[in-house]
Amino acid sequence: MAEPIRMRIKLNGEVADVRVLISHPMETGLRKDPGTGEAIPLHFIKNVTVTLAGKTVLAAEWSQAMARNPYLQFRVRGARAGDELAVEWIDNLGESNRATGKVPAAT
Amino acid sequence: MPTDEGPTGAVGGGTPLPLPLHTRRSALGAAAAALGALALGLLRPLTAWAAWNQAAFDTKDVFQAIKLVGAGNAEPSPDIVINAPEIAENGAQVPIEIQSNVPGTETIYIFADKNVQPYVGNFTFSNGAEPYIATRIKMGETCDLRVVVRAGGKFYVATREVKVTIGGCGT
Repeated sequence: MAEPIRMRIKLNGEVADVRVLISHPMETGLRKDPGTGEAIPLHFIKNVTVTLAGKTVLAAEWSQAMARNPYLQFRVRGARAGDELAVEWIDNLGESNRATGKVPAAT
Repeated sequence: MPTDEGPTGAVGGGTPLPLPLHTRRSALGAAAAALGALALGLLRPLTAWAAWNQAAFDTKDVFQAIKLVGAGNAEPSPDIVINAPEIAENGAQVPIEIQSNVPGTETIYIFADKNVQPYVGNFTFSNGAEPYIATRIKMGETCDLRVVVRAGGKFYVATREVKVTIGGCGT
């Protein structure tokens, strides 16, 4: 079971500033297990989709060169308090995760 | 599942899809994953995604990768702002920040010239998302970060050198 996606959303006027932290090993397939000496298999997030109020705002395609426990910060204009932000990912092994958050009142 | 949805919280969790695990990518595995994702309500309908550009992700030559994403004729642009450390102490976690001021930016593509496979990934913005992204990437050694922007069907490029003291691809 994947660890929860963490997100922090701030609304500045009509711009939502979003920071997301995803838990994922993002293995390159090049690392060797220190105990067995075997290569740890390739395991990385391939697609990330973010929606705001039901509309896709960010879509990403990733390689294993994105860092472990990927961090993202992005901004969306036209956001309103109460809008639901959803972050979803799927990896090369078919595992996936999804989390939602609400845009808070403007600060 | 708790539904705390405050500004600093997240409703998290999810379950791995009930698919057999593959440690090697295969057409069947990828198709099954995509169907499973569709069932989860994840992602767009399959037809809305361009086909995964395996060739671009696999190539070891950055200029070939750029050509394979269609940006072979990218013109240098001062409107792509790349913030990255001059010296990255940890090549496994290099923080980068990209702001594209090219009007009509649709997609930002990131490459690290000397990574074994230089194509790091891409981000497509829509429905009000600003052409801005901050994230962290792995860099194997000192090289140029090469950022390509697609805007209005044309491509633009900017680079910034990042010195890497401890390479991050094998760690």
